[in-house]
Amino acid sequence: MSEYILCFTLFCIGLYCVLRKRNIIKIIIGLGIVEYAVNLFFVLIGYRLHGRAPILAKDQAITNMVDPIPQALVLTSIVIGLAVTALIVALAIRIYEKYGTFDITKIRRLRG
Amino acid sequence: MKMLPFFVIIPLGAAFLISLLGKKIRKSGDILANICTLSLLGLSLYSISLVHIHKVLVYKVGGWGWVPGIGSIGICMVLDGLTSLMLVTVNVVSLLVTIYSINYMQKFTDKVKFYTLFMLMLAGMNGIIITGDLFNLFVFLEIASIASYALVAFGTEAEELEASFKYAIMGSVASSFILLGIALVYSYTSTLNMADISLVLSQKGSGPLVNFIAVLFLVGFGLKAALVPFHAWLPDAHPSAPAPISAMLSGVLIKTLGIYAIMRIFFNVIGIATTSILSIVMLLGALSMLAGVILALSQWDFKRLLAYHSISQVGYIMLGIGLGTPLGILGGLFHLFNHSVFKSLLFLGSGALDYTLHTRDLRQMGGLRERMPVTANTNLVASMSIAGIPPFNGFWSKLLIILACVQSHIQSGKMIYMIYAICAITGSILTLASFMKVQKYAFFGKLNEKWQEIKEVPALMQLSMVILAAICVVSSLLLIPLFKPFLQNAVEALLLGTGYKDAVFSAAK
Repeated sequence: MSEYILCFTLFCIGLYCVLRKRNIIKIIIGLGIVEYAVNLFFVLIGYRLHGRAPILAKDQAITNMVDPIPQALVLTSIVIGLAVTALIVALAIRIYEKYGTFDITKIRRLRG
Repeated sequence: MKMLPFFVIIPLGAAFLISLLGKKIRKSGDILANICTLSLLGLSLYSISLVHIHKVLVYKVGGWGWVPGIGSIGICMVLDGLTSLMLVTVNVVSLLVTIYSINYMQKFTDKVKFYTLFMLMLAGMNGIIITGDLFNLFVFLEIASIASYALVAFGTEAEELEASFKYAIMGSVASSFILLGIALVYSYTSTLNMADISLVLSQKGSGPLVNFIAVLFLVGFGLKAALVPFHAWLPDAHPSAPAPISAMLSGVLIKTLGIYAIMRIFFNVIGIATTSILSIVMLLGALSMLAGVILALSQWDFKRLLAYHSISQVGYIMLGIGLGTPLGILGGLFHLFNHSVFKSLLFLGSGALDYTLHTRDLRQMGGLRERMPVTANTNLVASMSIAGIPPFNGFWSKLLIILACVQSHIQSGKMIYMIYAICAITGSILTLASFMKVQKYAFFGKLNEKWQEIKEVPALMQLSMVILAAICVVSSLLLIPLFKPFLQNAVEALLLGTGYKDAVFSAAK
């Protein structure tokens, strides 16, 4: 149980970071923490204590194995996270070129 | 049945070919993109007749079968009434937008990248609609979202980058909520197939965990649909994109990513039994309806005004769907179709003004009716549709939603439905006021001396606006018995509720 609570705490830390920090690089890092918390939670769901990899071999009976599906899904989600992070970092660089600052409170040309 | 994957294959293939050939052969980007969207529209129109005959069709990706007792092993794609309604909506708008982009996107330097991203976004949206697997839905949702973040920033001006950054952060947080919800669903049901999940949930019964999952999905997809407490990104992101993309984002993206996913998951997967969720949906809808239109009233930037109206109109759709009665769902789905048509027309019209005048400020326009008659007239049609003036389509769908509210009030005797009906009428009147402002400042009145020399936009841009205006008028006919099955099949698919699983299972055999 404690590992799920730690996962949830990590998620909350990331969310706090996204919502409260003023530097956009820190916001991006917070986003990464949120993603990792969710991924970690997803992997833990499929974990069994002393489980082994679910590879079928001849004349081997597997009694206790971890669930492979969450691992496959998390791999997909890590790749998606990579794409999003790369895109947002590219945006952050262009924003720095235009505004000359990383401070989110100074990047406010849109209003209304 | 074999054609279902092509809704994803065609735009993905087109994205690949355009990025490969676009630089080498002139015009190949334009031609490929238009062929792609045209064939998608043809396929989606054909899917209406398929739904009419078979009701539900299932395609098993990779040929993975169904094991009795365990359920599906692979991913499946499902075509039912709701799917075909959404596919037609998305592909009609995307075809007209690609026709429009041929001329409009000329002023940007890299048209090839634009078309590539556009096709990826289209593949994502079609994928969300057609898939029958929860994680697959998430993957397509991310494809569509990432492409749209990049498209919002396409002009790379300071404001566009800022809007895109905001949108990307909000969108990624929403995706994390959705993924957390999917993880919890998987831990509870040990399956990801929507029909299977529904089956397991009906056997295991719903507990507090299921409600928690529902809230996570509501927050995640509500952020994507820009319902009111989560709407802050939309008025920045939608106006900042190039006009064709604004039309796609406001017209169909928020509907597929937000509303369609909410409908599919709450009605067909989790089941309508959680009526508390539906009342939250209705409350959010009513709030969006009023807040969006009130914020829109004070706007002078034409596209920003339209973006606020998108929030308001999404509120109408959610209110109709949330009622859960056949009439309410019919009204909601009809408004969904209508809104994507007239809102894309309005955004394309604002793009036409931007194309000739290079400004979006309503105060600098005026009297443009003499110089740009086609833009002015199509815009008038769209304005009357969105304000709900008969006989245009917006009137009928709003009327249906209001009638459904009154009907629920009479049946249940709860005062809240009457309040929702009054909210809907107020919202409609304020929308009318706001669009009278647009017409007065932009198209009627005296011609500003600055604009003596301007000309009407190129023919292809006119063509797509005229076609959309024609659809605005003609689609009122969707309610007559001859064309009603198109909407009625979608309504039945939603009313089926958790009967969805039986339909899918029997179709998959």
